[in-house]
Amino acid sequence: MQLDNNLVRDNVRLIYIDDSQRTNEEYEFTGNEITTSKYTVINFLPKNLFIQFHRVAYIYFLVIAALNQLPPLAVFGRTVSLFPLLFVLTVTAIKDGYEDWRRHRSDRNENNKESLVLQSGKFQLKRWKDIRVGEVVKICVDETIPCDMVLLRTSDPSGVAYIQTMNLDGESNLKTRYARQETSLMSFEGGLTSGVIRCEQPNRNIYEFTANMELNVHKVSLSQSNIILRGCQVKNTEWVVGVVVYAGQETKAMLNSAVSPSKRSRLEQAMNKETIWLSVFLFILCLVVAIGMCLWLMRHQMQIDTLPYYRKSYLIKGKFPGKPYKYYGIPMETFFAFLSSIIVFQIMIPISLYITMELVRLGQSYFMIEDKHMYDSSTNSRFQCRSLNINEDLGQIRYVFSDKTGTLTENKMEFRRATVFGKHYRNSSVVDGTTKDTETAELTKPTPLSSKGRKLKSDIAVDAQLMGLLHKGLDGSEKISAHEFFLTLAACNTVIPIPSQTTSEGSMGTEIHEDLEAIDYQGESPDEEALVAAACAYGYILFERTSGHIAVDVNGEKLRLDVLGLHEFDSVRKRMSVVIRFPNNDVKVLVKGADTSMLSILREDRENDDLSLITQRHLNEYSSEGLRTLVLAARDLEGEELEEWQSMYEDASTSLADRSLKLRQTASLVESNLCLLGATGIEDKLQEGVPETIESLRQAGIKVWVLTGDKQETAISIALSCKLLTGDMHQIIINGTSESECKMLLSEAKAKYGVKCGGFRTQSFKLKKGAESDFVDVLAESKLSNLPTEDDGNPELTMGGPLALIIDGNSLVYILERDLESELFDLATSCRVVLCCRVAPLQKAGIVDLIKSRTDDMTLAIGDGANDVSMIQMADVGVGICGQEGRQAVMASDFAMGQFRFLKRLLLVHGHWNYQRMGYLVLYNFYRNAVFVFMLFWYILCAAFSTTSALTDWSSVFYSVIYTSIPTIVVGIMDKDLSHKTLLQYPKLYEAGHRQEGYNSYLFWIMMADTIWQSLVLFCVPRLAFKESTIDIWSMGSLWTVAVVILVNIHLAMDIQRWVLYTHISIWGSVIMTYACVVVLDSIPVFPNYGTIYELAKQPTYWFSILLIIVIALLPRFTIKALHRIFRPSDIQIAREAEILRKRRFFYGSRLFWRSTS
Amino acid sequence: MKLSLKLEDQQQNQNPILFKAKIPIAVFGLPFLSAFSATHHHAAAASDKLSLSLRTHFPTGPSLKLSYNTPTTTANSGAGKMDTSPKPKSKSKKPKYSRFTQQELPAWKPILTPGWVIASFVAVAILFIPAGLLCLSASERVVEIVDRYDDECLPDSYSNKGDSFIQSKDTNKTCVRTMKVPRKMTAPVFIYYQLDNFYQNHRRYVKSRSDKQLRDRSYADETRDCKPEDNLDGDENEPIIPCGLVAWSLFNDTYKLSKGNKVLDINKKDIAWKSDTEIKFGSDVYPKNFQKGELIGGGELDETKPLSEQEDLIVWMRTAALPNFRKLYGKIYSDLEANETITIVIQNNYNTYEFGGEKRVVLSTMSWLGGKNDFFGIAFLTIGGICLFMAINFILLYVCKPRPLGDPSYLSWNRNPNGL
Repeated sequence: MQLDNNLVRDNVRLIYIDDSQRTNEEYEFTGNEITTSKYTVINFLPKNLFIQFHRVAYIYFLVIAALNQLPPLAVFGRTVSLFPLLFVLTVTAIKDGYEDWRRHRSDRNENNKESLVLQSGKFQLKRWKDIRVGEVVKICVDETIPCDMVLLRTSDPSGVAYIQTMNLDGESNLKTRYARQETSLMSFEGGLTSGVIRCEQPNRNIYEFTANMELNVHKVSLSQSNIILRGCQVKNTEWVVGVVVYAGQETKAMLNSAVSPSKRSRLEQAMNKETIWLSVFLFILCLVVAIGMCLWLMRHQMQIDTLPYYRKSYLIKGKFPGKPYKYYGIPMETFFAFLSSIIVFQIMIPISLYITMELVRLGQSYFMIEDKHMYDSSTNSRFQCRSLNINEDLGQIRYVFSDKTGTLTENKMEFRRATVFGKHYRNSSVVDGTTKDTETAELTKPTPLSSKGRKLKSDIAVDAQLMGLLHKGLDGSEKISAHEFFLTLAACNTVIPIPSQTTSEGSMGTEIHEDLEAIDYQGESPDEEALVAAACAYGYILFERTSGHIAVDVNGEKLRLDVLGLHEFDSVRKRMSVVIRFPNNDVKVLVKGADTSMLSILREDRENDDLSLITQRHLNEYSSEGLRTLVLAARDLEGEELEEWQSMYEDASTSLADRSLKLRQTASLVESNLCLLGATGIEDKLQEGVPETIESLRQAGIKVWVLTGDKQETAISIALSCKLLTGDMHQIIINGTSESECKMLLSEAKAKYGVKCGGFRTQSFKLKKGAESDFVDVLAESKLSNLPTEDDGNPELTMGGPLALIIDGNSLVYILERDLESELFDLATSCRVVLCCRVAPLQKAGIVDLIKSRTDDMTLAIGDGANDVSMIQMADVGVGICGQEGRQAVMASDFAMGQFRFLKRLLLVHGHWNYQRMGYLVLYNFYRNAVFVFMLFWYILCAAFSTTSALTDWSSVFYSVIYTSIPTIVVGIMDKDLSHKTLLQYPKLYEAGHRQEGYNSYLFWIMMADTIWQSLVLFCVPRLAFKESTIDIWSMGSLWTVAVVILVNIHLAMDIQRWVLYTHISIWGSVIMTYACVVVLDSIPVFPNYGTIYELAKQPTYWFSILLIIVIALLPRFTIKALHRIFRPSDIQIAREAEILRKRRFFYGSRLFWRSTS
Repeated sequence: MKLSLKLEDQQQNQNPILFKAKIPIAVFGLPFLSAFSATHHHAAAASDKLSLSLRTHFPTGPSLKLSYNTPTTTANSGAGKMDTSPKPKSKSKKPKYSRFTQQELPAWKPILTPGWVIASFVAVAILFIPAGLLCLSASERVVEIVDRYDDECLPDSYSNKGDSFIQSKDTNKTCVRTMKVPRKMTAPVFIYYQLDNFYQNHRRYVKSRSDKQLRDRSYADETRDCKPEDNLDGDENEPIIPCGLVAWSLFNDTYKLSKGNKVLDINKKDIAWKSDTEIKFGSDVYPKNFQKGELIGGGELDETKPLSEQEDLIVWMRTAALPNFRKLYGKIYSDLEANETITIVIQNNYNTYEFGGEKRVVLSTMSWLGGKNDFFGIAFLTIGGICLFMAINFILLYVCKPRPLGDPSYLSWNRNPNGL
């Protein structure tokens, strides 16, 4: 945030208002044309190829294709060998080209929009792409802003403009921007204006802008509130006039459109390990062929020149007398045999798998987006997949890091409690009329308000007693406090009152006046809105705000207050203040802020101390109820102090460098020695379905950690209400203020609850792993809670329940920066729940990193605000909530959704499906390619180690691209092991992902063994069946082509769990397509294999061979699968049986289990 | 006559009708209703729409309507005003329900129940055991006589110099073999030659041919792949037809069969595939420069016959898949009785001595399954037996260790309830 404060003199951009020529004289600034497209027609081919070849896979393709072009290695025909590479290049190029064409189109639309630009003294239409820096642009209501502009004038005489920043940060509320008073009276039409704006170089921070403007020797400061950014819309303001400061690519909106860093899924990383194994296999196969070739040549060295099937050299007579023909000596021939076998066996490394995976993820994302259960009707938002690489990670999440506000809670604030002058008031609802006497009943009604002609849109229940206090005529410190309390609520904020025409609702049963005017409050934070609304309910109605003053209607009496200065809220001070001049020239500073930051700057005298003690007690009460608290204070500002502040404030707010630091210093001048007024408690409602979701996630073996910026008490109370914390939990609270204290607290807690240190636990973990076969579940359970089990012999644990760790940001500062990290890790992982309160955004990321760097467990971070961005980016999976706090979290996330409760469905249902599908997809693709390669390999062994392939070149190439690719994609997208109902009902099924049941190295090796068996069957059955027969090489190849395609498809078919129409079409369609291709290839007379299939299909031996191959090849697999189902049924399998056989039995948790009597 | 002026709600109708009139008129005494209306697009005034229509207006029966509308001109109606139109009601992004998008398509969800397991094993057994018996009996009916002659036909004086025996022009290569027919062989009897240890599937060999040249006379010089057997003495104008190692090494042993004193006619027609003789090998391509080089690889060809009639070559050019292979030599269309003695006069011309290849002559009858082949019978029976065995085992297993399907008590977290 400090980055623009370090503004160096040279780094200043000079803009001459309405003089774009002079502005661009020295240095040509970027025009307003935007290009989001990557390519042009000319550079498409080279650039696209260049980008595509950044992938290692394509380089592999290229090297293989290049090797094949060398004469001694030409295994395939030249064109055939280029086919795979060309295929993937073309597919990707078409995809890229299409995307880019769409970008071109939208760019063109955007660039050709028109706006009014001051040209020779008149506002004339000009295309957006021609707008240049320094020009003056006029924008009318509801129009979009073409570039970043400094406001000069608006239709409002006070220079206020309202803009909507929806396109920029997703916030739908209106923001105010101001034209400086100095310029807001200038007329631009006709007359020349002179003025220079000095501003910082373009940067992507949309929340800050530092500049100043020189107008006729006056120096005026410009800040965030004076700039309107590209992409925003002008609202409620007839027109605005501004000068362009940044255009085109340099606008903040464009600079912010960078994509979030791409992540790679855990499964893909694991898969890479196995890919290395496949490379080892490939190497061994090639080595065997090469050595075989070498030995064969050595044995036949004397004959090779005359062997009819080798013929090393040309004849003595002729053009090249006696010269060797394609023979380079034994060592070279061996080497070439090695290289050419790499070409033949190239698909051992399943390059097509990467493309397949991308397509499958695309399909999976489609189904996630289309899931109607993840559509949030309140925000009208669908589920969004922003990252296409990590779908399957959703099935293996073990830690969920959640933000609280806006994620667990709705972030819709309601004013609930207040303590004024040490007295506690609660907002009893209107209906709740237990203590309703006539007087209060009358006062409770907002009659006095509506009679004044103003009315708030939402109705807030008011406390009759407090209301009474305000309306009692008597003076006294209590009454003054109450008055100032509400004045602070109404004045000390940045909320904008928007008068709207009344929608004649007589819901309150009060007489409706004709001048009734409803006020809608638009604020930057929902807390502020809630507070202003509360003040309004008590008769302190904020109804006007300009840059210089605010107007408050105090019980019908209009009060115009001049705002001398405003110190905005920042995360360091954690408070905001305004300096107000009252009509009677009194100057007051009104402050509100977080209790910790406020209590230290209160005036220290007896009275105030007592008050502060009582208030603190109330505050604790509030936060234990889960309310968000704010403390209000005020004091008078007089004489010298005021002057000193004023000059400092002026200086600070016009300075270019270190402005925020200077402003902070200025603020500290007045924010001291304050007089406590009271405090407020605002309720933050829990989102729908949060406790259920957390309960489900916990059952699924996922640990939910809450990281919040809120106070400890608030955090605990929210955690209690969302069932994160339960009564039987032991709470370990770490609240250190120094390193040693933290250390002590940590070790104490560890000793008390018997947490072992890391080294020991991993050891015991390994021990348990040895016994895994019998105690899979024990392991899972202990992983789930990571509690040392009884066999650790810890007496305390048997008596105690699960642990909960509550730690605050202060302690984390010491812990995360020192060597205490590992201690915290040990402790935290032993706890069922971890709550971190008062954490800064970076600390959130630090905690995620703590887990990420020390375990292999997958982490997921979920949040909605800008403060969650770092955490979302740090975690393996980042989920953004499209909430009220803008779009920054969504922009940084991998997935975005409307509600926290969708997390349950996302993980338990889609995560599970995606993981199972993707795991199987990878294994199957490995198998599919390896079985083919091994089949070729066995044949080469009986072809004198020459790299002959019985299959035609085209069939070899088509195998992985056309013959077998579609079924895997369809199955990868559409197969489902369990229905979503079952998965949601039994969250424990999610643990299959934790146990890596879908993909692990054990499965890989089993699969490889099966692959070798199947390839041997593929090779041996025809080898034996056609032993000493007349079969020719092309018939054999044709048999193998068809057999291997049918085999892999039936192999896949055996594992499909859910047959829909598309699965049938793809599987049987592939077989039919293979036959069709074989028939076509055998019908081209110039191929040596002409006519093969026609002759072959007449022979019964051909069909018998295929039948035998399939039955024998799949027999072991089928048997083992059947045995596995009897002896070691997996949870998924049982659940599946239960689901399909519709046996309604209950299997809930381990403790809740009972057997149905039926 | 009806005249109406409507101002409709913009929300409901994007094209509010400004003016609309319907005037009944009579044309040739028949009732018609003419109508015109003007609609107004709120986005821009330029896009007003006028429509005229004329329709029949009989009291009963269907009506016929003729209408004209001005083309809509919504595009580019005043740039800059695009945004001034009221924002259309924000569209709901709610996914439309369909069984496809919600992944609820009707599906068949198979599970591997004990019934399925046993049924599939039994099904395979039932299918394979009779099939195996059938194949075995078919193979059993085939009578096959195999005689290896490469060693027997080598005079003792050349016992270790087979190479020079073949290469010498002076040696007598005629060799007489006799064999007894074990069982009656019904016509047709197929005569094969069998070569062992001959790698016709070697890559150098398989690729050394030119299919274009074989098919079409105009591609005579298409000999690129045939090196080093591509043209005569390196002269590019003298391409060898057929070129390449495969043709060059054409098998050239000949057999003459006689039964007692009666010579048996060997029919050498139709020994190659129809597709090969008719299309793949050209009927206008004649051998040229074949076997004229200094090293003769094998048989020669009759230069007066087109390639499509040289069936020995065509059979030879279908290179074998495995190093031990048979190729059809000819057929005899007469029965051979049991215990008859067959005499074969062999011209032992083909050189397999240099690489230790073996030569055999094979007489065989044919069943529906082809030649003698016990593999299918044995394989089917074995697999069928294994499946039967498996089926019995699985039945026993399910009886001894039954697991109710979908029984939650087998779930991992229920089997060890104290796992926590």
